[in-house]
Amino acid sequence: MLTNEDWSAIRLTVELASVTTLLLLAIGIPLGWWLARSDSWPARITSALVTMPLVLPPTVIGFYLLIAFGANGPFGQLTQALGLGLLPFTFGGLVIASVIYSLPFAVQPLQQAFQGIGERPLEVAATLRAAPLDTFLHVVLPLARPGLITAAVMSFAHTVGEFGVVLMIGGNIPEQTRVISVQIYDHVEALEYAQAHWLSAGMLVFSFAVLLLLNLFKRNGARS
Amino acid sequence: MRTSALLLLSGLAPLAAANTIPVAVAANFMPAMQKLAPAFEKQTGHTLQLSSGATGKFYAQIRAGAPFMVLLAADDTTPLKLEQEGLGITGTRFSYATGQLALWSPVANAVDRDGAVLKLANFRKLAIASPKAAPYGQAAMETLQALKLDATLAPKLVQGESIAQAYQFVATGNAEFGFVALSQIMEHGKLREGSAWIVPAALHQPIRQDAILLKPGAGSSAARALLDYLKTPAARTVMQQYGYRF
Repeated sequence: MLTNEDWSAIRLTVELASVTTLLLLAIGIPLGWWLARSDSWPARITSALVTMPLVLPPTVIGFYLLIAFGANGPFGQLTQALGLGLLPFTFGGLVIASVIYSLPFAVQPLQQAFQGIGERPLEVAATLRAAPLDTFLHVVLPLARPGLITAAVMSFAHTVGEFGVVLMIGGNIPEQTRVISVQIYDHVEALEYAQAHWLSAGMLVFSFAVLLLLNLFKRNGARS
Repeated sequence: MRTSALLLLSGLAPLAAANTIPVAVAANFMPAMQKLAPAFEKQTGHTLQLSSGATGKFYAQIRAGAPFMVLLAADDTTPLKLEQEGLGITGTRFSYATGQLALWSPVANAVDRDGAVLKLANFRKLAIASPKAAPYGQAAMETLQALKLDATLAPKLVQGESIAQAYQFVATGNAEFGFVALSQIMEHGKLREGSAWIVPAALHQPIRQDAILLKPGAGSSAARALLDYLKTPAARTVMQQYGYRF
């Protein structure tokens, strides 16, 4: 059945998806709030930028990350100057790539949830003399809960399903960048179809369960 | 609507029916093949349709019914396997070239003539192709083992899924050195850029690259003509300029 290497790939994937999800929520909540409230040109441009990973092939993202974070790339020179070294082939590099790649999956549900709240609850809070941060934490976030959960689940699931970007900047290093999708690719390339089946079937069950749960949750949310 | 569809079909038909040869080309051989293809097309009037990729992937695709007429593999085991499984035509298999492995850096003078730079281990990352799936990756691992450096350098290794990706890692400066195919860094018999150590053949099993006629090409004289063309001195001269031996 699953080998030690397979398990290590599963562990690594869960770690990567967890860290990415936390970062995406931290970035996505303020960003989604701003995009939901602002109609300015900077907001429109940012919104288009955030959505780009949805339509770009992962190979484009991987290729440019490889160049930008390489020894001669602008970010590569920055990370080297900061003493971080080069990011491709490291776990940190994968986290950055995953955050960029899954950004629309976090920002869009949050933005929609914030937009759905409308002005009324904010006006009520203001008349009750709630401070803006207070309003945000105790009025906006609880009302946007379905959006928060969708953003978190989709960020996690989409990172688990990531392949092209990781293949291009990962370097296939056990315990560091060899995630499940790459491990499956390796098995298929080496004609180890039985091993590939175990992991692939696992991914199939996982993604179905996640989407089913999300669907059930949304229906219940809508009813209550 | 129907007339335009018919026009489209009739326009495509001659292309599809006669003399277009879909060829699966190992990633390392693609630069040489792109040089060979126009010469072959001019000489014979046939058209080549080249697909570049990893030999292991081609094997899976051919088993699944891919329409390739010819496979130019990166190894000699895959064509043999295809022949035994009845997917390749018996009697058409031959070694079209022997590949050479090189340790390469895009920086001039970074690699010395004996590859001593490997022993110094004064670098962050060394790129190789996947030893499991790519023959050049396997040869790179054998070389490291022969030099007794496999254990010390293991933490510095990064794997590309094919030799093309190993090259890409080095070319973009994300790995300082890499084991690549000599064909990737040579043109007109010279190194294109940087510095390289051509790994002595004694350090690894020979990278014998075999070609075979596949079942969809069994009745195609054009596909057979391509295989014959690869054996000609003219074709071999071009391959030599890309660092292949015979």
